[in-house]
Amino acid sequence: MVHPVIKLVAQRIALGLLLLLAASVLIFVGTQILPGDVAQSILGQSATPETLANLRQELGLNEPALTRYFSWLGGVLHGDLGNALTNGQPIAPALGKRLLNTLFLAACAAVIAVPLAIILGLVSVRYRNRWPDKLISAVTLATISVPEFLLGYIVIFFLAVQYRLLPSLSTVYDGMGFGDRLYAIGLPVIVLVLAVLGHMMRMTRAAILNVMQSAYIETAELKGLRPFAIIARHALPNAVAPVVNVVMINLAYLVVGVVVVEVVFVYPGMGQYLVDHVSKRDVPVVQACGLVFAGVYIGLNLIADLVSILANPRLRHPK
Amino acid sequence: MPETLLDVRGLVIEATSYPPGEPPKDVTLVHGVSFTLEKGKVLGLIGESGAGKSTIGLSSMAYGRGGVRITGGEVWLNGRDILKGGAGGLRALRGKEVTYVAQSAAAAFNPAKPLMEQVIETTLARGMMGRAEAEARAVDLFRQLGLPNPETIGKRFPHQVSGGQLQRVMTAMALCPKPDLVIFDEPTTALDVTTQIDVLAAIKRAIHETGVGALYITHDLAVVAQVSDHIMVLRHGKTVEYGTCQQIIEAPQEDYTRALVSVRSIDHAEKNPDVAPVLSVQNVTARYKGTHFDVLKNVTVDLPPGQTLAIVGESGSGKSTLARVITGLLPAAQGRITFDGRDLSPDLSGRSRNDLRELQMIYQMADVAMNPRQTVETIIGRPLEFYFGLRGAEKRKRVQELLDQIEMGKGFADRYPAELSGGQKQRVCIARALAAKPKLIICDEVTSALDPLVADGILKLLLELQAQEGVAYLFITHDLATVRAIADRIAVMFKGKVQRYGPKSDVLAPPFDDYTDLLLSSVPEMKLGWLEQVLDHRKMEGAGN
Repeated sequence: MVHPVIKLVAQRIALGLLLLLAASVLIFVGTQILPGDVAQSILGQSATPETLANLRQELGLNEPALTRYFSWLGGVLHGDLGNALTNGQPIAPALGKRLLNTLFLAACAAVIAVPLAIILGLVSVRYRNRWPDKLISAVTLATISVPEFLLGYIVIFFLAVQYRLLPSLSTVYDGMGFGDRLYAIGLPVIVLVLAVLGHMMRMTRAAILNVMQSAYIETAELKGLRPFAIIARHALPNAVAPVVNVVMINLAYLVVGVVVVEVVFVYPGMGQYLVDHVSKRDVPVVQACGLVFAGVYIGLNLIADLVSILANPRLRHPK
Repeated sequence: MPETLLDVRGLVIEATSYPPGEPPKDVTLVHGVSFTLEKGKVLGLIGESGAGKSTIGLSSMAYGRGGVRITGGEVWLNGRDILKGGAGGLRALRGKEVTYVAQSAAAAFNPAKPLMEQVIETTLARGMMGRAEAEARAVDLFRQLGLPNPETIGKRFPHQVSGGQLQRVMTAMALCPKPDLVIFDEPTTALDVTTQIDVLAAIKRAIHETGVGALYITHDLAVVAQVSDHIMVLRHGKTVEYGTCQQIIEAPQEDYTRALVSVRSIDHAEKNPDVAPVLSVQNVTARYKGTHFDVLKNVTVDLPPGQTLAIVGESGSGKSTLARVITGLLPAAQGRITFDGRDLSPDLSGRSRNDLRELQMIYQMADVAMNPRQTVETIIGRPLEFYFGLRGAEKRKRVQELLDQIEMGKGFADRYPAELSGGQKQRVCIARALAAKPKLIICDEVTSALDPLVADGILKLLLELQAQEGVAYLFITHDLATVRAIADRIAVMFKGKVQRYGPKSDVLAPPFDDYTDLLLSSVPEMKLGWLEQVLDHRKMEGAGN
């Protein structure tokens, strides 16, 4: 007899892979129906019909869509994302470097934002409807309401221009030390933390408040436990599933939603890379970026599902 | 001289209520109640829902559920007025000097933590013992309370043990920090009778052996008579009668107490069984989709028109499943159901509108069986419209007739369910079933959620309606007193099978099979020493075998 958790986990992983395949189809179809012509945009206005036809032939644009999809997918499965149309270079190494930069930025923001959000959520519940709760709610609501580019310029104005604490341009290069890198990305990290903090904190608060209605919380109160011990030890373990879900969605946002922030701070991450190549109609690069983003989204949500399953004592310890 | 443990003087408790469509107002739940409890004694608090018994019990921990506030009086515990202790003083007291056993242990245990961790939590948190010592004490208590595998049961999670076991673990949790006072708040109400008797005996033994004082809260006078030294009868937040257990049970002074003592008094003469049945269930076997386990095994019962068949059993016996099979919600895997001489399609979708009309249902929870946004008139009027096409004045007239039949008179037609009491809600559900002019009504635990006196009223009404309309009842219940009151024939169910079946006079007369004997002898009786008698009797029988 297979443990039910193993069965559920295997199901979720299989579903995740299926979803990724479906995403690859959508990305491919999506890029096919985009208006415009790569050959046209490479050659510019001076192109003759003949040179256009030759270039299309060379780039394989005349093959049927289905053939192109499978040859693309086959390449992807072997780690080959194809060559960029604009400069003919392989995409994988260039994209890999950018992806690492983005992941580094996202990880730094997450390491600060996730524990902070959960702690603020716990504090809000402890002092619910009193001033600490209202202050935390007001501040986090304000920071999610301000558009990120504006937040970016606000922190640049204060922290880079007025007080000169952190650089306004997040320039990173190969061989840069870890400390220097952290210093360079200080401002975008602050902006990202402010952008995702509110959702996670509010979800933590709501999920725990929901659990606080349970009879076993009354049991804990009648045991004479301290209010914070009740929240952290008795309520939080039962609120893991909804909290993890919203944390993962925000982590995914940190990776795929940072385009604007990267542009504001001129940070060489995935976002800038994608924007550059969309404007050049470089379809293989756009497809590769789309696939990586989809993978990140699906992967993180898969982790959220798995944590939710593992957090359920009924599934972990069957009768 | 006996030492006073708890001394409650002139307790007044208030709450803010929010009636629909009106401004919030303060209501008084407890009006100046006083009592004392000596060390090692048990005081039973008894009353119907809303009597304030749980509220008073929790006040001895200075705790108010929801918006409940203690606004007057004094609560002296071990010589201190705990209402003047402040939050820190209360925390020190709760879980150490006073502990609490809740009605539903299944909800009162944290599902995410193993039992042992919860049982010894306060003992550890207050530094009363080291972990090893506390665990050893917990295991001792588990053994004392008769739990299986006392050494290892603490490693299990709440969902891994049965309801009766969980209630005992909760008692162990309450006793672990060696408190002076334990509040038992309906600890056996949610259990089956055969489980209740064991838990009750275990609790009584534990109280006796640890010498702890206790408040025992329940609505069941027969239960409280087994464990208490004194009893306080409460109604609408006031003391009705307060005396020794013996005096309350054997010589009650007040009318209300007398009504409670004699509440199970409906007498119903059994009707002639030799009539062609209106409902006939033949060799029915059923299982839930995707499973291979038969929840009903070869069930055969008959119900003559205008009579009552009681299906008795404990949780998991398959009695509600039988109702689902008869109504077609769960098509039978095998067997056949005939109704009024014709075969009923096993599946709901294969039944005609007339089949549906003639077979109505009333449920346990009247609250959730009605749309809270519809008035009583809409609720009762719907079947009139659906089955008989009644409209307008005609429909209104018929609704009023039905309301008169359920003794609810004028002024109720425009009310919403939230504006009715529990008993009134159940009456409206009865009227709705009756509106279809059915030949058979399936009553699924219709009185289980009601207070005994209210339940009595509902049973009397059902019997009157049966006499007037000639409707047959399939009455599903776990309560044998109800069965005695209303049934013409009885089917005792156990693990999906009909264990014993026949006219009431035969089923309830010896010789019994083992299960029926266990079931019947487990129903608490309103007399002192009943619990010991039954247990001694069982011990002797066990030794004899």
